[in-house]
Amino acid sequence: MTDLSLSNKAIAGKTAPPAEARSLRLPTQWLGVTPFFVFAVMFLILPTLYLMLGAFQNEAGEFTFANIVALFSANIVAAYWISIKVSLASSLIGAFAGLAIAIAIVRGGLPDWIRSATLTFSGVASNFAGVPLAFAFIATLGRLGLVTVLLNTLVGLNLYAHGFNLLSFWGLTITYVYFQIPLMVVIIVPAIDGLKREWGEAAATLGATQAQYWRMVVIPVLWPSFLGTVILLFANAFGAIATAYALTGSSLNIVPILLYAQIRGDVLHNAHLGYAIAFGMIFITGLANIFYIWFRTRSERWLK
Amino acid sequence: MAEPFLSIQHVRKSFGATTVVEDFNLDVAPGEFVSFLGPSGCGKTTVLRMVAGFEEPSAGKIVVGGKDITRLKPNQRNVGMVFQAYALFPNLTVAQNIAFGLKVGGMPRADADRRVAEMLDMIKLPQMADRYPYQLSGGQQQRIALARAIAPKPKLLLLDEPLSALDAKVRVSLREEIRSIQKKLGITTIFVTHDQEEALSISDRIAVMYGGRAEQVGTPFEIYNRPATKFVANFVGTLNVLEGKVTDAAMGTVQVNNQEVSLKGKLNGSKSGDTLSLALRPEAISLGRQPGHDASLSGEIAEVHFLGSVIRVRVGVGGNTVSLDTFNNSTTPPPAVGDKADISFSSGDMLVLH
Amino acid sequence: MKSGRFWAWVVFILGAAYFFIPLIATIEFSLRMRRGVYSFDAYKVVLGDSQFQATFLFSVIVAIFTILLGVLIVVPTAYWIRLRLPQLRPIVEFITLLPLVIPAIVIVFGYIRMYGSNSPLPFLGSNLGANALLVIGYAALALPYMYRAVDTGLRTIDVRTLTEAAQILGAGWGTIITRVILPNVLIAVLSGAFLTFAIVIGEFTMASLLNRPAFGPYLQNLVANRAYEPAALSIIAFIITWGCMSLIQILSRFAPRSASRPN
Repeated sequence: MTDLSLSNKAIAGKTAPPAEARSLRLPTQWLGVTPFFVFAVMFLILPTLYLMLGAFQNEAGEFTFANIVALFSANIVAAYWISIKVSLASSLIGAFAGLAIAIAIVRGGLPDWIRSATLTFSGVASNFAGVPLAFAFIATLGRLGLVTVLLNTLVGLNLYAHGFNLLSFWGLTITYVYFQIPLMVVIIVPAIDGLKREWGEAAATLGATQAQYWRMVVIPVLWPSFLGTVILLFANAFGAIATAYALTGSSLNIVPILLYAQIRGDVLHNAHLGYAIAFGMIFITGLANIFYIWFRTRSERWLK
Repeated sequence: MAEPFLSIQHVRKSFGATTVVEDFNLDVAPGEFVSFLGPSGCGKTTVLRMVAGFEEPSAGKIVVGGKDITRLKPNQRNVGMVFQAYALFPNLTVAQNIAFGLKVGGMPRADADRRVAEMLDMIKLPQMADRYPYQLSGGQQQRIALARAIAPKPKLLLLDEPLSALDAKVRVSLREEIRSIQKKLGITTIFVTHDQEEALSISDRIAVMYGGRAEQVGTPFEIYNRPATKFVANFVGTLNVLEGKVTDAAMGTVQVNNQEVSLKGKLNGSKSGDTLSLALRPEAISLGRQPGHDASLSGEIAEVHFLGSVIRVRVGVGGNTVSLDTFNNSTTPPPAVGDKADISFSSGDMLVLH
Repeated sequence: MKSGRFWAWVVFILGAAYFFIPLIATIEFSLRMRRGVYSFDAYKVVLGDSQFQATFLFSVIVAIFTILLGVLIVVPTAYWIRLRLPQLRPIVEFITLLPLVIPAIVIVFGYIRMYGSNSPLPFLGSNLGANALLVIGYAALALPYMYRAVDTGLRTIDVRTLTEAAQILGAGWGTIITRVILPNVLIAVLSGAFLTFAIVIGEFTMASLLNRPAFGPYLQNLVANRAYEPAALSIIAFIITWGCMSLIQILSRFAPRSASRPN
């Protein structure tokens, strides 16, 4: 029979808490996450650290900066430089074009289906990199490409005679833009969605024109997300190889292709230099991502 | 009314086939505080947005200070607006938010800074000048939104359910603050709300709206004590409704629950045998027979809620239950459920609803 | 804002042109195999090529194993982090960002160095080991997307409350995971799975450097040697990717939504 009396004695008797039987539970959740950490350490962190350490070692295993110094030799610097140029150009073009498209589909007053169709297509296009993309542009802007031929026959404009070549810096940039724009669209559309309608209305009642509202509120609010995404696009382009390889073979000497050749056949005759090149790549993409995260947290803080 | 400051004339708004606001008319005197009160969907916010310029009336016109502003864009109307969701610009500090309208209007920096300081003092938040909106509570944000709206000295102040997103306590203190600021500055104000206590406590006049129409426009006292329609009577305050039947139209007697009540002269238009809805405010009813109350009914105590200083009693009178409040008396215990009791009221307080 | 709408259309049409013209050019080129006439010859040749079938099949199988590995690693982790170990969340999210920072070529370079034939864990010493390493590498590449998909799915169904409700009603861990969590998170897992599939099918760098007979290297090879077949393959690859993305969109409509809005 349960004692429901509220007498003081009964309450005193109930004050001792039940013995904690939780000791068996503790390992389970740690066991549960172990596979993840084992995987991460073995297949993400250690391999990378291995390369990083190798960048600072020579054949004999001694610590040295020689490999890093060797990075500044002419052809490697040229490779980095062209990688940086292509990444910068494609990320800036992709960012502004993507921003324009994102604004158009969110705020442009276009029919509803356009927005979801564009977002789906963006998901596809941002994954379209590699041989298919390279080939698509060969078929479009190559010497016998559709657009090249059409421009020549219809308008009399001979692209190649004017010095354009798909297998060059600008050709690669235009091709890279094909997956940079969708990436920007997918990331910036939620940020544009976050612009509350009431802000525009409040600005209007306070006497601001559309232009003033954009200059004083919209652009400052979107700016951190936008800049952060430009940086993300840069890192994305910097690490890409398949498209360039399919487009230009090894003729356009960007860093990933250089590294690829080095891994395949030790073309640099110095294995540790390969490590250094990898280190240089991670340094650049890592730096870019740190900025991206910094910008993103700044903008998220405002919009809480 | 002498020259009204704001005149809304025969305004109608339709979205496609649905008419959301029908033939709305209202004249607001300079410096007056008018509330639009009504349930969701009654059209009150739509009328406000038409005055602000965010919606264009399908018919009718809006005149402010003698000028027809119906076709003007929102940023040309010089109205201040406070939104339910505060709508402070997240990338600007409090001071920059308040200065926004001044900056857009081209005010020199020094004057703007002075005005911003003035506003911050008025809402008693001078130390928040350099904070960002995300660092402030809801109540603080709304006060800053108010300061931002008022800083450019608008001709009209519009508030769209500004208190609905706030905690109960903040709501009460903030509505008082809004009213006192408005009175001090003398700005003509329209306040939209669905909370009748809010509207009653701070308005000069209330427009009760339902289904796109203004059911009644009047002072809080009028709206509460002389509701023009059944909806107004039910929506504003608690109302006890008794069903009765007219027994003698000439003498004004009505039968409620087999008891006769004499309502002198309030039955114009009703004939003997008609059924009527009779309404009484809780404060008009007393427990037991009171001097001065010429009508009474007998019933049985159904519920007693001891609320401290007030005791809320519900008395069953036949098929109806009547709510009334009585004050706590330290020497007399509250009535017990099941006791027989009489309730009395003044026949003049009884409302006949049609 | 009439002028606004005009410019929106201009931007949209220009964008659509930029994205569709290459696709149209590729389709047009792929149909030109038979001289003078449009035909599907290129497609027939490609689909009938035994190399294509072998490498495509290889990539599909690798993709399936990658998805399984990914699910095995991600789902329990996301679950326990949400439920019991929120303090580990920053570390886990940092790790899931690593594949986006470290380029695939660097990752596979690290594998080759660390797990070569004369290392303590000689993955590359055998065909099976190399295939396993490929699956592992792909799981690493897909980790950010898989984790985000599953984590979002768990957040939407408010795992903590569901678990507590089930426990109060007397359910043990087995019942909770199989009858409460898994069914609700299946849609999110499938979304991650399709994304993984899309990534694996077209991947080149890792497959090539690990010398695996996958679809990516086969494609690259074709570009160097053939004219029309790569065009047909590009279109096929595009359609497959489009199919995966559309399936994800459709699936997300069937995802369970929590009635109460969590955090």
